[in-house]
Amino acid sequence: MTAIPAEDATSAHPPKAHGFTRTMSAVLTNKLAVVGLGIIVAFIVFCYAGPLIYHTDQVHIELSQAALAPSAAHPLGTNEVGYDQLGRLMVGGQTSLEVGVAAALLATFFGTVWGAIAGYAGGLIDSAMMRVVDALLAVPALFLLLFLASIARPTPGLLILVIALVSWLGPARLVRGAALSLRTRDFVTSARLMGGGPWRAVFRHIAPNAIGTVVVNATFQVADAILILAALSFLGLGIPPPAANWGDMLSSGISYTYAGYWWLIYPPGLAIVCVVIAFNFLGDALRDSFDVRLQKR
Amino acid sequence: MNPVVTVVDLHTDITLRKGVVHPVGGVNFIVREGESLGIVGESGCGKTMTALSIMRLLPPGGKIVSGSIALGDVNLTALDEAGMRKVRGNRIGMIFQDPMTSLNPCLTIGDQVSETVLLHREVTREQARERAAEVLDLVGLPHARERMNSYPHLLSGGMRQRVVIAMALACEPELLIADEPTTALDATIQKQILELIDDLRRRLGMAVILVTHDLGVIAGHTDRVAVMYAGKIVETSPTPELFANPRHPYTEALFRARPENVDPDRRLYAIPGLPPDLSDPPRGCRFAVRCAYATDECRAQEPELTASNHSFACFHPLDSKQQVAPNPPTPLATTQQAAPVLEVRNLVREFPVTSNGVLQRKIGAISAVADVSFTVSAEETFGLVGESGCGKSTVSRLLVAADTPTSGSIIFDGVEITGKSNRELRKYRGNFQLMFQDPYASLDPRMRVGSILREPLVIQHRGSTVEQENTVVRLLDEVGLPRTAVHQYPHEFSGGQRQRIGLARALALRPKLIVADEPVSALDVSVQAQILNLMRDLQREHQLTYVFISHDLSVVRYVATTIGVMYLGKLVEIGPAEQVYTAAVHPYTRGLIDTIPLADPERERHKIKAGVRGELPPAMNPPSGCRFRTRCPRASDKCAAEQPPMVPFSEQGHRAACHHPLRSPIPLLPSTHTGAAPTTPATE
Repeated sequence: MTAIPAEDATSAHPPKAHGFTRTMSAVLTNKLAVVGLGIIVAFIVFCYAGPLIYHTDQVHIELSQAALAPSAAHPLGTNEVGYDQLGRLMVGGQTSLEVGVAAALLATFFGTVWGAIAGYAGGLIDSAMMRVVDALLAVPALFLLLFLASIARPTPGLLILVIALVSWLGPARLVRGAALSLRTRDFVTSARLMGGGPWRAVFRHIAPNAIGTVVVNATFQVADAILILAALSFLGLGIPPPAANWGDMLSSGISYTYAGYWWLIYPPGLAIVCVVIAFNFLGDALRDSFDVRLQKR
Repeated sequence: MNPVVTVVDLHTDITLRKGVVHPVGGVNFIVREGESLGIVGESGCGKTMTALSIMRLLPPGGKIVSGSIALGDVNLTALDEAGMRKVRGNRIGMIFQDPMTSLNPCLTIGDQVSETVLLHREVTREQARERAAEVLDLVGLPHARERMNSYPHLLSGGMRQRVVIAMALACEPELLIADEPTTALDATIQKQILELIDDLRRRLGMAVILVTHDLGVIAGHTDRVAVMYAGKIVETSPTPELFANPRHPYTEALFRARPENVDPDRRLYAIPGLPPDLSDPPRGCRFAVRCAYATDECRAQEPELTASNHSFACFHPLDSKQQVAPNPPTPLATTQQAAPVLEVRNLVREFPVTSNGVLQRKIGAISAVADVSFTVSAEETFGLVGESGCGKSTVSRLLVAADTPTSGSIIFDGVEITGKSNRELRKYRGNFQLMFQDPYASLDPRMRVGSILREPLVIQHRGSTVEQENTVVRLLDEVGLPRTAVHQYPHEFSGGQRQRIGLARALALRPKLIVADEPVSALDVSVQAQILNLMRDLQREHQLTYVFISHDLSVVRYVATTIGVMYLGKLVEIGPAEQVYTAAVHPYTRGLIDTIPLADPERERHKIKAGVRGELPPAMNPPSGCRFRTRCPRASDKCAAEQPPMVPFSEQGHRAACHHPLRSPIPLLPSTHTGAAPTTPATE
């Protein structure tokens, strides 16, 4: 028996705020989450509202302006072909954020559904579905990406699909593990005993109870997707120029490391690190707020 | 005799994020050599925190703020952590509630017991193992020496608890603290473990503190009792005196809430409300709000413990002469020869055991339910009892079609349930519902109570959204929960309230039959009484039929009109509740009745030698013939050779399967149909 005193009688509680507001208010009490959210919002404003104020030409190469150090005209200098680095950081960020978030959402959604169905069904279906996951995991992700990116001309849409294709395996395995233990829980049994079907069990009981893990994982997925995009671009298989993304900028900047062009490396590098960390902060906070049992403490 | 431990004015606080809780608020007691002190109270009353304070093993944020704990001449509150480590496991041994979690699954039991010795004695590894073997032998682990290298998972629950006791005793401590040592165990095993602790206390002359919520456990195995309420001792006295003459209303309420001495046609006494929130204890007597005798004086001033051998903290102590008003009567469900609602015929459920290889060959079967037949009439309560592992939970799952039987049939209201597909079953599901043992596990933690109660209605398409919401409100009213509960999550409720939610959900579809699988086992006595009363009220109101499954025969006797006793997958005895309870014919039933801990020290001491011994054999290869023969005092060769048939012992359908029953069966009846005939309860 625990000796922590019994919870106080609950009759006096007023009705609570519903779903979203409640989750948000819980998130906002977490300082790290506020910092994370703040960074993300700042980057979104920077990338989307920035170009409206700070006009730059990101299409035409201007070799006479190449690799200028930061100055009044170009606060972050220019790159090796003469694009303004600050402007490019804004435009590139758009692609990175879009591809990152979209790929993460797609991967998480698909992985969650796949894992929840496999875990709940069990037996032969589970084995078959999870062998698919194992087989895909066995193929080196980078190899798969290079292969896919080389047979088709990369567009943002294609990159989202490609990145999601290699990223859904993680959430699928996580959710399947959770579903395996959740499906034997009494509340899932009880839904079945009321006459509820398997879809209800999966979507009403198993998936929501696995949401804590899923959400945290999703934020890591965003970070990962941005990094994968960066890696692909680094290998020269990203979205072709003149379109830009942070990974691209980093990779082209790296070639000039020894020339001392630091403004080509630090801004995109720091941007990637900041966004990745911000999403992780937010993920941790979301996990705590999704866990209804941790509220009120 | 010398005091072993002296606790003086102990105050313990736990700092949580939301505030400071005061679980122990000024506790005093002395335990002498060879003496056993029982600490009893509801959960959340500070019993465990008192025990943990002595060990200085408080949870994070916990701190002893004042008072002293003297172990012999050492003041434990003043000791540093290094000094405390020398005391724990050496001078004080502790047994925790759950033997599953208090043993390390990665170490052999021999290593775990010798670890304690190695820590505290200057001995070699061999000497420590030798000592471990000795202690394991002492605690009655069969073949102790051969088992030294076994891992905990190979042992049964009772055996594990013996190992835990061996660990606690390895260094011959002066004080043994047992915190609910038997709560996780079966009644039959509980009795054996308590007797073991008693026996060891006498032989080793140690002091024992037995913490429990069960007055029955205290009765036979302690010299003194301290009743705790809201962090304070409210009454303390020698055991026989407390049981003969409880003075504090709380003690009396604990006694009255027990179902064992209440006639089935009387309501159980339930203590209203919940123990107070100990982060802000009420002024005055802490029990006043729940006390039937409270006056303004009680609410204004806090009573002191009287200074005598039998001391109590109350302004209006009860007198032994004072007649307690009998519990109000409750009309019993009318059980005329009603039509059977549920017929179970030759039910068999076997779980195949497969090899670990790729092909998963079937290498055997666990016989969980073996040829069980019974009939349940409308509006009666059928009680099913037995030790854990006897197959009663499997039966409950089969009855509500959560599982498919290997063979046999279940006929519900004239419709054959077995062999139907899930799709076909869906329309019958609303007629029979399951009530779970653990109310928390059976409620989706992410759903609000409103959605939880609406779910069955949504699934079965009963009414519009508005109608469903009205039904939810009505259900909450029926089970005595506030209407605001719809917006709350299950974790915001206490155990008893959660079980009310579970009951409300089971009722949502207006079923005819509710199968309740250990519905009160996880609850305190006082809350158990509330739930049992509620279940009975609802039965009358909605003409419900219950199948009530429990390991606790005293609860089943109170609620059930018919009792079936299961042993290792077989129904061994069945009949009207009073007949089975007062005139059991099967040796197993008799043994089960003798293992119920009674809140009566006299009777408890007399039945020391009675009760079922040993442990349940594995269901993988059950004993031939009568399955109980391996533990039966009356077993003969015939029992091994032949399966005993069910024979009648009374006109009212009392039947049992035994070759050597405790009284002889009545001569052959003309009809030998299966199933218990519904009966009127015997009146005494």
